[in-house]
Amino acid sequence: MNENEIKHVIFKILKRIAPESDPSTLAPDENIRKTLDIDSFDALNFFIGLDEEMGVTVPESDYGKLNTLSEIIPYLSSRIG
Amino acid sequence: MAEFRMPSLGSDMLEGTLVEWLVKPGDRVKRRDAVAVVETDKAAIEIEVYEEGIIETILAQPGQKIAVGAIMAVIRTEAGKKAETPEKATLKDASQLLAEGASVPAEDKEKKLPSIPEVEARRIKVSPYARRLAAERSVDLSTIAGTGPDGAIGATDVERTTATVITQPAEKAPPTPIEETPREASQKEAPPAAPAAERHAAKDYQTAMRRAIAAAMARSKREIPHYYLQMRLDMSSTLRWLESENLKRPIKNRILPVVPLIKGVSLALRDVPELNGYWIDDRHQISEAINLGFVIALRQGGLIAPAILNADEKCLDELMDAMRDLIVRTRSGGLRSSEMTDATVTVTNLGDLGVETVYGVIYPPQVALIGFGKTMEQPWAENGMLGVRPILMATLAADHRATDGHRGAQFLDALNRHLQEPSNL
Repeated sequence: MNENEIKHVIFKILKRIAPESDPSTLAPDENIRKTLDIDSFDALNFFIGLDEEMGVTVPESDYGKLNTLSEIIPYLSSRIG
Repeated sequence: MAEFRMPSLGSDMLEGTLVEWLVKPGDRVKRRDAVAVVETDKAAIEIEVYEEGIIETILAQPGQKIAVGAIMAVIRTEAGKKAETPEKATLKDASQLLAEGASVPAEDKEKKLPSIPEVEARRIKVSPYARRLAAERSVDLSTIAGTGPDGAIGATDVERTTATVITQPAEKAPPTPIEETPREASQKEAPPAAPAAERHAAKDYQTAMRRAIAAAMARSKREIPHYYLQMRLDMSSTLRWLESENLKRPIKNRILPVVPLIKGVSLALRDVPELNGYWIDDRHQISEAINLGFVIALRQGGLIAPAILNADEKCLDELMDAMRDLIVRTRSGGLRSSEMTDATVTVTNLGDLGVETVYGVIYPPQVALIGFGKTMEQPWAENGMLGVRPILMATLAADHRATDGHRGAQFLDALNRHLQEPSNL
């Protein structure tokens, strides 16, 4: 899975959580939770979505490091193998 | 015979639109059966009955707007005696609200609002945002296939459909005449027709939602002498314990930090029951059941606080499931009337965006609201040593008519005590 494909999956999950938003307009360094108004319940759903769609289980202790696209995409691509 | 009336699904509700009957004459019903779906300003709710018997007559028709307290059906009960009206207390509340001259014409409880032709509705679950979108684009929700949980219609479904059917006119049901009830046979003049603005209420959910919240919150601030207490809670033990619990779980079963808070509140209310219940008719009514209203913000604005029933009896996994289920149903449709009416206390968690302290407005006729801010690393002095701990500000907004600060302090102390022993939660 290349970076663009990862991005596509992320956008799909985000669109499911925040249907009125357009995730593709997110800037690489934008805080996703704040921009899309995602609460902790939906943040958990986002990580569940990553687990289901990509098989990457993000441990709770890493939640805090994954706030922007530029943080999430490399994190995922290094774990997808 | 028992009269099945439009229940008040919260002190802010004045009327509801009948979407669909889930029973027909001759059907046997028992306590807590869902018998109808009613659309309120906030959501479509499944209405439950509170008596056993057989549906004798159905009086209200789908599409009709019905005032709180108006008779919707007659139930033949075993004993044949008039059964208690469900939620007597809150019903009274709403009628007081009506009497106070809110924006809807005050109706005698025995009268029925006139039938207003509305879009024929079948039983559909719709997320509030999808509903607004559909209303904005004048799309009939019954023409849309939902792809969400239980076939619920989401915004994407509306978007997909509107791309193709946007130009088609919505199907209209023929106007349904009101059936005359024996009670109404001798009735005087018909109530005035609802103003035109009311007829288009479906197109303006945001306005309706704001109006509902405005009515409840203005009443709260007008009537309830609030007092506020706050306590800093050291969350080290709770969070450490939760982290080790979540490590053992697959990601789907992880527990959010708000869940132990909910359980802590429920257990503390067992210790200090005075904060759990209502203030009605100048009287403090303590509730035995701890039904915890949990504030859920809707993405498009507004909020709903459905109840987690008997929260104190649930373990953390059950509470997490209950909360997940409530959030999903709040956002996609399918809440039940008991969840809307039975909350005995409310919890609001605003920590997600970094709020430190919540000063809550009590949801009448409840007597307390517990607020949680964000857990933040802060300096904490103990035994002459200064350390850094995850600190959470818990606040209590309570009704001074029902309790005094001393009771409130006992509650916060109990909450803290329970959170320091997370394995017992």
